[in-house]
Amino acid sequence: MVINPTSVRVQQCAKTYRDGTVALQPSTLSIEPGEVLALLGPSGCGKTTLLRLVAGLEVPDAGGAILFDSQDVTSVPVERRGIGMVFQHYALFPQMTVADNIGYGLRVRAADPAQLRTTVGEMIDLVRLNGLERRRPAELSGGQRQRVALARALAVRPRVLLLDEPLTALDAKLKEALQSELAELLRRLHVTALHVTHDQREAMTVADRLALMEAGRIVQIGTPEELYRRPSHGFVAGFLGRVNRLTVVVRPDGQPGIELGGGWLTVPSSARAGDEVLLRPEDIMVDEAGGDSAHGVVAQRAFLGDRVELRVRTHNELLLQVDAHRDCALHTGAPVRVRAAPEALLHF
Amino acid sequence: MSSTARRPWGLAATTAAVTLFILAPMALSVSAGLMNNYAAGWRGGITLRWLHEVWTQYGGTVLASVVIAAATVVITALLGVPLAYPLARSRSRWTAWVEEAITLPVAVPGLATALALILAYGSWADFRQSFAFVLVGHVVFTLPFMVRTVAAALRRPELLELEEAAATLGAGFAQRFVGVLVPAVFPAIVSAALMVFTLSVGEFNLTWMLHTPLTRTLPVGLADSYASMRLEIGSAYTLVFFAVVLPLIWVLQLAARAVEQKHGH
Repeated sequence: MVINPTSVRVQQCAKTYRDGTVALQPSTLSIEPGEVLALLGPSGCGKTTLLRLVAGLEVPDAGGAILFDSQDVTSVPVERRGIGMVFQHYALFPQMTVADNIGYGLRVRAADPAQLRTTVGEMIDLVRLNGLERRRPAELSGGQRQRVALARALAVRPRVLLLDEPLTALDAKLKEALQSELAELLRRLHVTALHVTHDQREAMTVADRLALMEAGRIVQIGTPEELYRRPSHGFVAGFLGRVNRLTVVVRPDGQPGIELGGGWLTVPSSARAGDEVLLRPEDIMVDEAGGDSAHGVVAQRAFLGDRVELRVRTHNELLLQVDAHRDCALHTGAPVRVRAAPEALLHF
Repeated sequence: MSSTARRPWGLAATTAAVTLFILAPMALSVSAGLMNNYAAGWRGGITLRWLHEVWTQYGGTVLASVVIAAATVVITALLGVPLAYPLARSRSRWTAWVEEAITLPVAVPGLATALALILAYGSWADFRQSFAFVLVGHVVFTLPFMVRTVAAALRRPELLELEEAAATLGAGFAQRFVGVLVPAVFPAIVSAALMVFTLSVGEFNLTWMLHTPLTRTLPVGLADSYASMRLEIGSAYTLVFFAVVLPLIWVLQLAARAVEQKHGH
C-alpha cells in the first residue's frame, strides 16, 4: 500500500468555546511528510482539541490556519479533508461486519466494487485480521477492535492519519505489544501521523518527535531524546521520566550548592540560592560508606527486575529517588554516600 | 440470609390479588359477549351471534384501526426520526422549548387537541371527512413518543463519536444519518413504533371528536355499541378488540425483541 505523505502546518490556531473556556492558546507546529508527531500531555492540556482542529471536527478561532502541503484546509469540512482517524473507543459501526467497517470510507466514496474488495483484503492482511472478516465489533477483543479501527482509517489512504489515544482502552500488556506494532506499521507505510496520548512511553515508542503540552499550550517540541535529555522547562523534565526536586542553598564558602547531609553537590553556574534544580534518579550514584563519610541511609529498596529502586534519606532529611543497577546489594538501613555529576543537574 | 432466600409468599399473594382486580372486569366483560342474556348469566346459554353481529356492523372499524395505526407508525417514524436529530444535537436552550411544545398534545386533553384541529382544518371538507383527518390527529398525539425516544438514543455519546468517525471517512450528512445513525438507533425506533402503534389502536379521545360516521375506528365503534346497543354486543366488541389487537401487539413485541437482540448494544 502506498500513501503519498503530506506535510501539516498548524499556524497560530487557538480554540475558545462558547462558554469562554480557552481549550487551546494560539499554537503553531509543523509535521513533515511521513513524520509521526505525538501530542503528549496530561488530561485537559488541549492535545485532543488540537487534533480535532487538524481533523476538521472543530474550527479554530479567527486568525488560525491549517495547511496540508500548500492547501489551506481551515474551512474544508471534515469529510473532504482526506484524513483517517482512530478514536479512543474505536467508534466502530456496531451493525457492520469487520469487512464492512474497513470498506466504509471507500463505499461512501462510491469506489469500484472490485477495488473495494481488493483494498479491504489488503487492510485485513496488513493488520492481521484474516478469518475475522464477517465478525461484528461486539464479537472482537479490544486489540482486534483497535486493529479494525486502524485498518478502517488507513483504507481511505489518508493524507494525514490522526490517532486519538488509540491504545488507552487496552490492558497494559496488550498496549505495550501494540505500541511497537503501531510504530513499525506507521514507519513502513510512511504516513504522516498526529498521535495524541498522555502516556509518555507510548509517545516515545511511536513518534519521531513529541510536542509536550500543558494548560492549552505547546511547551516544547523535539525528538524523545532531546526532550528527555535537554528539557526546556521543569514541567517537561517532570512529565518525561522521574525527577528529584532539590533547592539550591549557599555553602559555607559562599558558593551555591545542594546540601546532602554533610556533603555538597556542585550545581550549574546559572543556579542561585533558592532556585530549584532537578536530578533524575538514574543520574545519582550511591556507594556504601561508613562513619562520617555517609550522607544518609537507604530508607527503602525495591527490586524491579531491570533495576533496583532506592529511596535514600540524607542526614538533612532529603528523600532522594535513586535508580541503581539491578545487582546493587545495598539494603534498607545501609549508610551511603551520594554523588552526581554537575552536568546531570537540570536548572531552568 | 434465610429470610432473603425464603419465597416471598406475601408479595406473590399481593401480586395475584392486584392482577385479579385488573383482569376480573375484562374477563367479565368478555364473557358477557358470549352469553345469550347477561341478566340470566351462563344459565341462559352461550352464543356467538353477538360476535357475528359486531363483525357484520363494525368489522370495517377493525381494518380501519389497524391501517391507521400502521400509517401513524410510518408517518411518525418519517417525521420523528429526522426531527429527533436536531433536538439531540442542539445545545441551544430553545431545544427544551421545542421538545415541550411537541409533547403538549400528550398533556392537553385529546378533546382539546381535536377541537383545535377541527377549528384549524375542519373547513377543508374532503380532508375533514376522510380517514386522513383521524390519521393527522393520531400523528399529532403519538409523535412525541417517537421523537423523545429516538432523541434520547441519539444523545448517547458513543453515537456522536460514530457520526464523527463516519465524517472523517468521507461521509456527508445524509450518508452518516441514513447509513450510520439510523441503524445505530434502530432498536429505539422499533420500540417507539410499538408504543405508537399501541397508542393509536386504542386512541379514543381525539378520534371520538375527529371521526365521522364513515371514518370510525375500533374504539369509537366500541363506544358507539355500548351507547346504543345491548350490553352483550358491546361486550362482544371488547372480545373482538382483544382477539384482533392483542395478537398483533404480541407479534410486534416479539419482532421488537428480536431487533433489540440483533442490533441492540
